[in-house]
Amino acid sequence: MNVRKLIAWLALPFALVNSASAAPNKSAADRSGLDAPAPVILIRNATILTVSHGTIDKGDILIKDGKIAAVGSNVKAPSDAQVVDATGQFVSPGIIDCHSHIAVDGSVNEGSVSVSSMVNIADVIDSDDISIFRDLAGGVTTANILHGSANAIGGQTVVIKLRWGQPAAKLPFEGALPGIKFALGENPKRSNFRVPGGADRYPATRMGVEETIRSAFTEARDYKKAWDEYNKRVAGGEKNVIPPRRDLKLDPLVEVLEGKRYVHAHCYREDEILMLLRVAKEFGFHVQTLQHVLEGYKVADEIAAAGTGASTFSDWWAYKVEAYDAIPYNAALMTKRGVVVSVNSDDAAEATHLNQEAAKSMLYGGLTHDEALKLVTLNPAIQLGIDKRVGSIDVGKDADLAIYNRDPLSAYAVVEKTLIDGRVYFDRVKDISGRAALEKEKKDLLGKAAKKPEPEKKPDEKKTGEKKPEEKKPEAKKPEDMPKPPQADAGGVQ
Amino acid sequence: MNRRYYFCFAAALSLSCACASSAQTATDYAITHAKVFTLAGPPIEDGTVLVHDGKISAVGSAINIPAGAQLIDAKGLQVYPGLFDPVTQMGLSEISAVRSTVDTTETGSFNPDLVAATAILPSSAHIPVTRAAGITEVVAAPASGGFDSGGESNLVGGQASAIHLAGWSIEDMAINKRAAMVIGWPAIETRTFDFTTFSIKEKPFADVKKEYDKQVNQLADYLEQARHYAQAMQSSTNNFQRDTKLEALAPVVRGEMPVLVFADDQRQIRDAVDFCDKQKLKMILAGASQAWKVKDLLRSKSVPVILGPTLAAPSEEDNPYDRLLTQPEELRAAGIKFAFGSFDNSFARRLGQQAANAVAHGLAYEEGLKAVTLYPAQIFGLDKELGTLEAGKIANFIVTNGDPLEVTTEVRYLFIKGQLISTDNKQKALYEKYLNRPKPAR
Repeated sequence: MNVRKLIAWLALPFALVNSASAAPNKSAADRSGLDAPAPVILIRNATILTVSHGTIDKGDILIKDGKIAAVGSNVKAPSDAQVVDATGQFVSPGIIDCHSHIAVDGSVNEGSVSVSSMVNIADVIDSDDISIFRDLAGGVTTANILHGSANAIGGQTVVIKLRWGQPAAKLPFEGALPGIKFALGENPKRSNFRVPGGADRYPATRMGVEETIRSAFTEARDYKKAWDEYNKRVAGGEKNVIPPRRDLKLDPLVEVLEGKRYVHAHCYREDEILMLLRVAKEFGFHVQTLQHVLEGYKVADEIAAAGTGASTFSDWWAYKVEAYDAIPYNAALMTKRGVVVSVNSDDAAEATHLNQEAAKSMLYGGLTHDEALKLVTLNPAIQLGIDKRVGSIDVGKDADLAIYNRDPLSAYAVVEKTLIDGRVYFDRVKDISGRAALEKEKKDLLGKAAKKPEPEKKPDEKKTGEKKPEEKKPEAKKPEDMPKPPQADAGGVQ
Repeated sequence: MNRRYYFCFAAALSLSCACASSAQTATDYAITHAKVFTLAGPPIEDGTVLVHDGKISAVGSAINIPAGAQLIDAKGLQVYPGLFDPVTQMGLSEISAVRSTVDTTETGSFNPDLVAATAILPSSAHIPVTRAAGITEVVAAPASGGFDSGGESNLVGGQASAIHLAGWSIEDMAINKRAAMVIGWPAIETRTFDFTTFSIKEKPFADVKKEYDKQVNQLADYLEQARHYAQAMQSSTNNFQRDTKLEALAPVVRGEMPVLVFADDQRQIRDAVDFCDKQKLKMILAGASQAWKVKDLLRSKSVPVILGPTLAAPSEEDNPYDRLLTQPEELRAAGIKFAFGSFDNSFARRLGQQAANAVAHGLAYEEGLKAVTLYPAQIFGLDKELGTLEAGKIANFIVTNGDPLEVTTEVRYLFIKGQLISTDNKQKALYEKYLNRPKPAR
């Protein structure tokens, strides 16, 4: 479909090269202060879109210890509180992106096997990925970082907060249940990703996808039984019991069976959606979210009955056969049938305007303002099991907020500030005013590099002031979500 | 609601009427009591737009409505020129992952004789979906992207065609089948993806530069041949061997047909502009994510720009996060003519959204509106017929419940060539079907 796909796909193999250059807005000075206690902040005189209990005109929000301490009119604040005058501005809960691949170092797909549950995206979080900052500047505060969709059962996933400037270890959302990516349809059966000269990989049909999942869970069930048996005997005081052999592939599936790990299942067609819900029922696990779920509107009642969430695109379609019946009314129709729906990005650039994408559900299907805003705030929080912490503006919740210059459900809205845990991680005015200094710093560095006496050999290291040659321009081409990246990546994300 | 359905029905009828027989007289329309944004002057409150014989016959506030005209009371609504998407693969690609549905890019490096209009599918599902967003005309450009390009460089990709987004056949739809010659400016890439081995190939810079120079020279040679060929065509001797490719390039080297040059980074743009200047080609720059770096050059050579998808990531890691959104105003301030393009099919409906985001980052609203209506028409030399609401122009316009650049605005009526065209489409039909799905038995 589009260019942004290409960016996502091409950018990944080059991530290592790019990360060598200096990223903006993250000087040592900016990093310092993140270890200090969160300041007391009073956001004053804003239109507050609480999402949970309506809109407050000319309201205040008091933030203490990173939490929302008070919301309402004329909130009293301690004298040392930093005051943010938000007159004429709108405060929304921070945007939550339920399907993201930012901050991943290298490939998102371990595509060599049909069940890759042994790998974990949390192991390869790259806190220097510029996409973190760009999405933050789009009001995003939390993202569900998923493995790709090359496998019926993919890798383990992690929810992060976009704490730009913090080390990778500080990004994961504390206490959020980890997940695992499943994928149905064209990607795991590799309809669009044949590797030239390579052998076909099972599964190659939707029937095979079902059986891949069923046999993996059959194994996992037996494995769990063996461990339960072992633990019971040990607990009963038996000595010298030989434990079952650890299986890193099956461990996360056992967690799924025990409800300790969420299933986020990439899917498109109505038939495969129902297939997964049947398999889940058979093995007694819950499908937490269906991802993309572009034909979800056809089986919305069944999805609602299963208590499964749906995380979809606003208006993407026709980039492959299983996306040909996609409709922009999907989010609204599923919402009306009782499904908890979110609108996600699957793409770093798309995430920067998720507020606008949510707004489209007011046009396509007639959702109310609150319902539309929930698609990118409270609903994804519910889907990720973090709604006690984030997703609405309520006392006691994390102070994860996006401040816009106007109603965020508009293509004209611009983010002024983004706060996470009560800290301002993005400030538009500050960002703009710092650009000249960064530009100068870059020029000076390039000047120094150019003066180096010895000739540089590697083209990649040339600092000629020219554009990096490997940065292929996506605009003019558009390899869709398809197989651009190397073999390990062949599998697509969306 | 009923009223809207009635109009959908009426629109469907009128579409069939309009196209069933050209011998039949076209319906005249009068859109009354609307706020009319002509883009040729200030908005008209309580304005009227008259449509006769496919053209706008009058626009104003106190206009007599001719007998027999079908009335549309647009009180509370607004009228704008239809949006114009200047780079798409409309009708050339249906499902981008399925090669058999994609006809965007031919094999070989030089294909000037190919014409997009030949392969545009008038019944493509993309067309009604796109026009529901208020887009009434587009340019379909070959080799402007698409999944099947196979990594082969298409230096001359073929001729882009300007089309209306309604019609039973390409003859109904065509505005200008030969609107521009597409040139994909070569890029210097040390790392490329090799489709035959499915791996990343790295090459030394010197080698890549040599390859780049070779391609540029090939292009120059080819144009030189075309120039000789054009001279031979003009001489009355007829003593030359016909060559369909060179013949197709003749209007290009004569400076009659513009070249639509796809280039993004500053070196590409600079080289392309110098090249076209030396070759005396009429250049339109497409893509241009780094146009801001070569503003002076673009202005001094008066090169118009069609900006690629602006709701995308900036091209360089250390660009400001809003680089693509602030660029439009920066280009305008530098005196460069530009339009927005989707460079896509399924995302064509985001054209207005692209403009709105630029307005949010400093571009004047009216400039944003013109950059998706009048300016694309000007860039392709079609502004005598399209782009504003003025008497004598083709009646391509929309009646909306608000700002057409805003993502929540609904297009109530859409006119193409003076006919009321349905905004129904595949997606709306599916929505209505499944909205009425009975609860499944448990």
